[in-house]
Amino acid sequence: MNRYQKIVYLLPAILTGLPVWAQQRFPKPEFETGYVQPATSQPAPRMLFLEYFDVFVLVAALTLATWFVVRKRSRQGVLWTSVFSLLYFGFYREGCICSIGAIQNIVLAVFDPSYVLPFTALLFFIIPLVVALFYGRTFCAAVCPLGAIQDLVAFRPIELPKWLQKILGLIPYLYLGLAVLYAATRSEFLICRYDPFVGLFRFDAEFQMLLLGALFLLVGVFVARPYCRFFCPYGVLLGWMSTFSKKHMTITPTNCIQCKLCANSCPFGAIDEPVEEQGNRRSNVQRLMAYLLLVPLWMGIGGLAGSMVHVPLAKFNKTVYLAEQLVANPEIKQDQNNIDARTFMQKGKTMDELVTEAQSIRSQFYWGGWVLGGFMGLVIGLTLVKLSSHRNRNDYVPDKTNCLSCGRCMDYCPVKN
Amino acid sequence: MNDKKTSKPTNRREFIQKGMRATLGLSLAGLAGVAAFKASADDYVWQIDPFKCVSCGRCADYCVVTPSAVKCVHAYDLCGYCDLCGGYLKPDANALSTAAENQLCPTAAIKRKFVEDPYFEYEIIETLCIGCAKCVEGCSAFGNGSLHLQVRHDLCVNCNECSIARVCPADAFLRVPASSPYLIKGDFTTGNSTSNPT
Ligand code: SF4
Ligand code: SF4
Ligand code: SF4
Ligand code: SF4
Repeated sequence: MNRYQKIVYLLPAILTGLPVWAQQRFPKPEFETGYVQPATSQPAPRMLFLEYFDVFVLVAALTLATWFVVRKRSRQGVLWTSVFSLLYFGFYREGCICSIGAIQNIVLAVFDPSYVLPFTALLFFIIPLVVALFYGRTFCAAVCPLGAIQDLVAFRPIELPKWLQKILGLIPYLYLGLAVLYAATRSEFLICRYDPFVGLFRFDAEFQMLLLGALFLLVGVFVARPYCRFFCPYGVLLGWMSTFSKKHMTITPTNCIQCKLCANSCPFGAIDEPVEEQGNRRSNVQRLMAYLLLVPLWMGIGGLAGSMVHVPLAKFNKTVYLAEQLVANPEIKQDQNNIDARTFMQKGKTMDELVTEAQSIRSQFYWGGWVLGGFMGLVIGLTLVKLSSHRNRNDYVPDKTNCLSCGRCMDYCPVKN
Repeated sequence: MNDKKTSKPTNRREFIQKGMRATLGLSLAGLAGVAAFKASADDYVWQIDPFKCVSCGRCADYCVVTPSAVKCVHAYDLCGYCDLCGGYLKPDANALSTAAENQLCPTAAIKRKFVEDPYFEYEIIETLCIGCAKCVEGCSAFGNGSLHLQVRHDLCVNCNECSIARVCPADAFLRVPASSPYLIKGDFTTGNSTSNPT
């Protein structure tokens, strides 16, 4: 088996004549003094059972958080659970493995035939979503380390105007779409690369990334959980699940008495106030219909726009970028200081092969651009539909999509049992 | 009368909620099912295929860990134990002296030990090595290529996407099963078919 593998492994190296030790310029000496050749050390990676232990901790923390939010109605409990999660998933696990990043592993598993998905990544992706489908975003409340670190610094939350929240709230959809696009085209993992907090968790990162993290925390003092609300792509998925969740947390344990005490308690602006339907029902329904009919138009416009920007989007793929560079400035092929160009020349791939490959990636971006744009159009269209529909609401209730289930509002409600 | 009016929309709303919940649940299950086809119970870690690496030097600069979790390793099996080691001495080293200015390694991480005439053993001091691949380049160019880079898993934090992999010009980084995490040249007793470069 081993010998066979050795041969299989060596063959391409010999055939392509790359760094060829196989020709062994200098034969191995025969020692006479009884010299014992040392072995090359191979320190082992983290033990597999610890990876599954992480899944266990995830499930345990989620269960605890859900119990505190939905049953116990205890903000204190949620807070301490989130401190634990921050320590474990944040500082001990150094922010990796994380459910947000796992989106990309799933996408890669679907699109890349050669990729093998670690089962733990699948579990990290799916479990919080399933829980959200039943109990709302309790993952965000106390399990996600990124949420926890922001939650702890939200000292002086100010309320952003509703329109601004709505507009900024579109960013996560775009981010999700882009992350999926770049993972599906095997370009890169956007979410991991621009995770603002992972550097803080590791106490080690490029200066810009540490700065970004610090900036997020600083803004987070006044605008509670800016990453969660205006960037997090996983939050989008959790929001969809939570919107239709079965037993989402409620502000009051029984009946709302309209005391308005909770109205300003949510630092995330996720409490919906009571509204009366305005105007005449019939014309409202007609307007709603009109907006609904506009959705396909939005999708078309979005798709067109997305497909039009596919060339700049594809630039972030390194193969496409290299091909563009080499086509535009053929002289860099001789440039010994351009590592990518030099390597390309060294590897003996022809220019035609590279260009064909780059073109096929570009066409993936073209179709991806259509899908991404269409998706954004759909999101914008549906946001408008939602804005135009005024459903009667009698009580103060959490907006299930955006509520992070942190439980702050429960403390404000004077109704106890 | 009043009762009827309020209960009807509530029922409808509940119906929609239930339907949507079922739809979302099913799509989740579907996605998980598709992904599960590609899943493996093993964990995966990053490793460098030494036959693809072109010693570009980026391993030293792009790792999220400082100094890099990539280190030079020595496949002793392949080493010629040369006196004039292409990985140890600068090619233009004038005298056969091992003074620091003649050493290729910028951090003097290679320890040279006399074995017997005329052979020398070269050992990498991993705490000093920064993974710059200078010695690897020298050894591949003038020697047997026994020095090569590997991701050291006691140091690597196993990023979801290795930030060196993203910039490696030779696409030398692979995800390999954590149960066989090294691709040591000449010794593939730890390799298996998924780590095959082809
Ligand atoms: S919104 Fe995203 S970052 Fe925030 S807590 Fe939820 S999953 Fe974590
Ligand atoms: S980045 Fe790639 S080619 Fe460059 S030294 Fe590292 S493994 Fe080798
Ligand atoms: S996975 Fe991360 S820690 Fe490991 S070598 Fe790559 S960048 Fe460094
Ligand atoms: S030359 Fe670079 S890769 Fe080789 S031992 Fe020194 S630091 Fe490590």
